[in-house]
Amino acid sequence: MTQKTTRRVLAEFTYTPASVERGYTGQTLYVNLSDNSITAKPVSEEMKEKFTGGRGFGLWLLWQGVRDSTQWNDPENEIVISTGPCGGITQYPGAGKSLVVSISPLTNVVIDSNVGGHFGPLLKFAGWDALEIQGKAEQEVIVVIDGPAGKITIEEASNVPVDTHRIGHWLIEDMAETEEDRYYMSVVSAGSGAEHTRMGCLNFSLYDRKRKAPRFKQAGRGGIGTVFRDKHIKALVVKSEPVRGDSNHPADPERVSQAGIRLHKEIHDHDDQQCKMRKTGTTYLVQIMSDYDLLPVHNFRYGSHPKAAQIAREVWEQRFTQGLPDGCWYGCTLACAHAVDNYTVRTGPYKGETVIVDGPEYETIAGVGSNCGIFDPEAILEINFYCDTYGIDTISFGTGTAFIMECYEAGILDKEKTGGLELTFGNADAAIELLHQMGRGEGFGRIAGQGIRRMKAYFVEHYGADPDFLNDIGMEAKGLEYSEYVSKESLAQQGGYGLTNKGPQHDEAWLIFMDQVSNLLPTFEDKAEALHYFPMFRTWFGLCGFCKLPWNDIQPPDNDQTDEPAKIPAHVQNYVDLFSGVTGREVTSDDLIAMSERVYNLQRVFNIRLGHGLRDHDDIPYRSMGPVTKEEYDSRVERYDRQLRKLMGLNPAEMTTEEKVAALRRYREEQYERLKDAVYERRGWTRNAVPKVETLQKLGIDYPDVVAVVKKHL
Amino acid sequence: MKVLSYDPGLCVGCYVCQDVCSETWHKVTDAEKSSIRIHQDDDGQLYAVYCVQCGECIAVCPTEALYRNKQGIVRIKAKLCVGCLSCVGFCPYGAMYYHRDLVEPFKCTACGVCVKECPADALAIVDVEEPRAPGLQV
Repeated sequence: MTQKTTRRVLAEFTYTPASVERGYTGQTLYVNLSDNSITAKPVSEEMKEKFTGGRGFGLWLLWQGVRDSTQWNDPENEIVISTGPCGGITQYPGAGKSLVVSISPLTNVVIDSNVGGHFGPLLKFAGWDALEIQGKAEQEVIVVIDGPAGKITIEEASNVPVDTHRIGHWLIEDMAETEEDRYYMSVVSAGSGAEHTRMGCLNFSLYDRKRKAPRFKQAGRGGIGTVFRDKHIKALVVKSEPVRGDSNHPADPERVSQAGIRLHKEIHDHDDQQCKMRKTGTTYLVQIMSDYDLLPVHNFRYGSHPKAAQIAREVWEQRFTQGLPDGCWYGCTLACAHAVDNYTVRTGPYKGETVIVDGPEYETIAGVGSNCGIFDPEAILEINFYCDTYGIDTISFGTGTAFIMECYEAGILDKEKTGGLELTFGNADAAIELLHQMGRGEGFGRIAGQGIRRMKAYFVEHYGADPDFLNDIGMEAKGLEYSEYVSKESLAQQGGYGLTNKGPQHDEAWLIFMDQVSNLLPTFEDKAEALHYFPMFRTWFGLCGFCKLPWNDIQPPDNDQTDEPAKIPAHVQNYVDLFSGVTGREVTSDDLIAMSERVYNLQRVFNIRLGHGLRDHDDIPYRSMGPVTKEEYDSRVERYDRQLRKLMGLNPAEMTTEEKVAALRRYREEQYERLKDAVYERRGWTRNAVPKVETLQKLGIDYPDVVAVVKKHL
Repeated sequence: MKVLSYDPGLCVGCYVCQDVCSETWHKVTDAEKSSIRIHQDDDGQLYAVYCVQCGECIAVCPTEALYRNKQGIVRIKAKLCVGCLSCVGFCPYGAMYYHRDLVEPFKCTACGVCVKECPADALAIVDVEEPRAPGLQV
């Protein structure tokens, strides 16, 4: 047995873990790192009814914890982690997700980020529906929640590694007495890059019994890892009693189990013919996106590339170790959490180490790969590994680096400004070195790590760049970098990215196929309905502890014959069964939407409270709406010329390309404004994107402090 | 490996096997707790569903609760099982069973109790190299 480290305990709290009843423990854990206080807070029936759990609990706790003026790095900013009532059931695929909320250093509004790994469910089984961390520690700390021992400690952790693959392994070695201890233990960590950038992510561990090593899943979006390091937290650790099939104590176990068996069978019978998630995870999307002109290439200028096949599914099927149950929580037979084993690191401080690379997933491949013109799987793996261990979001890194590369090729940046890095499209070595600079907090990496919004301002101020051009090509909205889909030809997806609460992340709505390919959303009303239903439905997963993927990355064979195949009605019914079966609250599919509406509207009001969240906050860069440059126009000239003729009654033959770009832009920007009107009306908001008082009343969240925020804008 | 063999030509559909199985393993007479189930197809032909120890479930199990013992029988370590029922959904023969009273799934271990009690000699424990689908293992 290895020598155990003695850590200095700064604060200790003893408790008897509450048993889980119908998916809830009935209390949340509050830890304040400024004064080292630790307390339990009760969860009321009203809190369960109104905010359900997960993101709902997180937002409600954060709402009460911060002031209107709170900034991301103020001590009162919080990080709240919660799974939800269904989180921790083992019978249904994708039921171990956690939602993390905080005020984001990228957007200055609330960010929510969902993540797999075992922390959320084990936190619940250690007695807590949510963990709320406030304050800022004076020194580096870890927080240990030991359910079996009934003890919570804040411990000094100065001489402890910070990068995730190091601290994750070290903590498990240090804290597990037996092999079985490792099974029921999870670590949350960030890394050195998180503290030097604004795009820090959190890594949530799970212990992989087959590989006999911890694996890490990422709460990537919005810089929560940066908040984590700003609070001087190196890690959170949770330990629970052994997980059993009834640990979540559902009201009707059989109803839950039958839904699970149905989906397990469906995946067994059809996954190989559908998405092949069990073999290749989300990498199947690379080629499909390229085929449909949706894969971001060279900072979203283009939607496909002949070299896409070099980073597509077939490559990863060879690299991922096959035949292992790669779920990020027990019972996920969709099992998309694949890994490349025995990867030898090529560069940087861990050069020569043999590691497990978790992923890459589609977003990483598209973001740090095709969008940066990098079609080398080895480079993608190197960047994936270092992003994770440094605690940097691969999406913000990929989209941010693609922006830098376009600026470099446009002459805004050069080697002098980048400290010698030739950041042209396709230069993987330069991208990797940029990442190491973020890890070290040095050089141009420090500037790049601030994210696109701040880079734009910096390039204008220091390099005399044209702000209009940067605003057009900088793929961020609300301060958050875009995730990896080209939305130019789908107005609905432009709304899916822009009319969000946290920023352009596709987990709210992915409507491109419905809109652009299948033409199922021809009118503004159709688009508005979709931009109401799907964001609400997808929000619901994050209230309850579910993953979105088993909803529509596997489909019943008769799904196309249903009235609304895009909704996957049979799976919606599964979720009705699961929620009712766990909580004992009999619900309908409409009730699921209503649950989300409460949380979604609270989040919109929260953004307004923090000084943002109005109509102009939903503006998006023109690169996401149409062709900024002549080259982009020419790459789809037939499509665009046709639209000028058909939609605007113009004759492109008599126009210069510049005139055509400008005309198309006027049309598309006007369409987007009309979409805003339609969506706001459907959501029960004013034309200025403010939830109406009657909307809040209808949803039952017309609390005085909530109403007071919107009244200022009515 | 030793597996259960079922001869539909001899089976009389008395369901004694189901009763003795559930009584032996679950101390109750309940076909839904039996690891062998006798069914009739649309043509009236009897057939049985039970585990043939093919082991496909072993790779699906996320907790290494399923394993093959020295005799070649696929067993479940209850202590490690988290009741996810992946094995129930992924069994190619539908022979890993779930019951609402139980957290863990259950299956045939080729214990042979049903063989002894079968009045029609339709069941046998046989030694095979590669198991086939439930039925005659010859």
